[in-house]
Amino acid sequence: MANSRQNNLYASRRLRNMLAKSLAYGATAFGLGWLVLILGVLLIHGIGGLSLAVFTENTPPPGSDGGLLNAIVGSIMMTLLAIAIGTPIGILAGTYMAEYGRHDKLAMIVRFINDILLSAPSIVIGLFIYEVLVAPMGHFSGFAGSVSLAVIVIPVVVRTTEDMLKLVPDTLREAAASIGLPRSMMIQRIAYRAARAGIVTGILLAIARVSGETAPLLFTALNNQFFSVNMNAPMPSLPVVIFQFALSPYEEWQSLAWTGALLITFTVLGLSIVARSLTARKS
Amino acid sequence: MSEVALSDTTMAASTSRSRAQVLKRLRSSDIYFRQLTRLSVLLVLGLLSGVILALVIGSIPALKTFGFSFVYTEVWNPVSEQFGALAPVYGTLVTSAIAMVIAVPVGLMVAFFLTELCPMVLRRPIAIAIELLAGIPSIIYGIWGLFIFAPFLQKNVQPFLIDTFDGVPGLQSLFAGPPYGIGMLTAGFILAIMVLPFITAISRDVFDAVPPVLKEATYGLGCTTWEVFKHVILPFTRVGVIGGVMLALGRALGETMAVTFVIGNAHTVSASILQPGTTISASIANEFTEAVGDLYTSSLIALGLILFVITFIVLAIARYMLLRLQQQGR
Repeated sequence: MANSRQNNLYASRRLRNMLAKSLAYGATAFGLGWLVLILGVLLIHGIGGLSLAVFTENTPPPGSDGGLLNAIVGSIMMTLLAIAIGTPIGILAGTYMAEYGRHDKLAMIVRFINDILLSAPSIVIGLFIYEVLVAPMGHFSGFAGSVSLAVIVIPVVVRTTEDMLKLVPDTLREAAASIGLPRSMMIQRIAYRAARAGIVTGILLAIARVSGETAPLLFTALNNQFFSVNMNAPMPSLPVVIFQFALSPYEEWQSLAWTGALLITFTVLGLSIVARSLTARKS
Repeated sequence: MSEVALSDTTMAASTSRSRAQVLKRLRSSDIYFRQLTRLSVLLVLGLLSGVILALVIGSIPALKTFGFSFVYTEVWNPVSEQFGALAPVYGTLVTSAIAMVIAVPVGLMVAFFLTELCPMVLRRPIAIAIELLAGIPSIIYGIWGLFIFAPFLQKNVQPFLIDTFDGVPGLQSLFAGPPYGIGMLTAGFILAIMVLPFITAISRDVFDAVPPVLKEATYGLGCTTWEVFKHVILPFTRVGVIGGVMLALGRALGETMAVTFVIGNAHTVSASILQPGTTISASIANEFTEAVGDLYTSSLIALGLILFVITFIVLAIARYMLLRLQQQGR
């Protein structure tokens, strides 16, 4: 009697274990399945429209063929400027938090705030830049778009710089101090060099994050049907053009949107894989 | 950097210079560099205060006109300039709730798989593949959701849901109405896929940090893998898991582009999750550039303020939880 009850209990525990395990396998298959599905559909829809014209012609008016040249150039320009603005600030702030203010209150508060900025809704950042740049200037501009992207770059770079500098062994710092190197020079000559791969990873991740961002550009850089390198005027970008074209009823536009989506996704994924392999080799 | 190089060359050629001068230069560059880093930190601090300040100032006209009732009024009429935030706030909360209901169990199970079941060789590749889901830009989820996922749901899943729950009290209204394809369920589902990697990544990290002795002791008692997970790993890592879930929730609440494509942008509050709705971020993305008149713009900024306050609270809780975990570890 007692034996059979025990057997029953054991069987039900084993059954439950089996069930949970298969659920775990299923969940993983579910997650991986989405990745395959999304990338697969992108390839199928996007690769058909991939041609030289995409890189040599500007976005077309409704109902005709064209390319994405102005959007690609706009995206690259705004991303580069955003990185140029955001990276120095991010690295310097990260340096303070890892080197000077490891235990002080300011660094603690900023660490907390930086983490919040890191996951703050990007559309709100767009609103912020609209309020402080676009509204006072009176017009949309590529410059405003860059600044809003820079606001997204900064927390990413701050975080990785701080983390990577903290990984630099203190003995290195002490050795530098013992030969009489001033602290600032120790940071620039020793700590930065030791943490270089990690900091570059952070910058690459920031580029990856920013090049797919749409929401903050919608009402800062707006869009532009024509080729323009004027940072003081509305500027097209790949994500915003995809947004506009995908929601349009024109087939040519939709097909271009898919091609643009393919370009962005593989750029972004490529960047993040390169970034990862940089730090992976180090550790 | 250029300054260092400069002082370097002067140092090399300093045979004629006095030592005191060089030391003085070094000291001043030391102070200069330190202040520069401090300034950058203050700038980050100023950034957040700037965001809050800009949103508050921008939403003053709307809040002055509508008062606190702005938050719980459903009407959204640009023509008569009557605005209320209820529909977008409701949509934001509902889509995020749907996302969490799907993503939390799935994300935890994936982390369970990765830490306890997966063969060692496959762990890293699978973990990276799941994390790549977080790297795909949200606009891609949007275009994908609109053209592929929504039609699929409309044809295959939604009619089934409507038929199945027809007549079931309570659930009937939740799954009522014609199958549009787009709507709150679709948006919530896509959000779930987007935040899944966040939950998995953090849970995996905290599961990995469980001392092996604890697990081994439980296995020694004869427990199954699932029992070890449920009764030892999960309780032990509770704080971290909740932190990760809150972080994911913060993402889901503020996600813009993916939702904008599939939500339908209808300023209504409907009980059925198959119906189109709107979220705060989708409303802003769709309407901001077309908004004419100060009150319309200001109402949209006020929506942004509400979104920021909600996500700030959620993210603050998440960070607090994760911070507590870190301190526990030390």
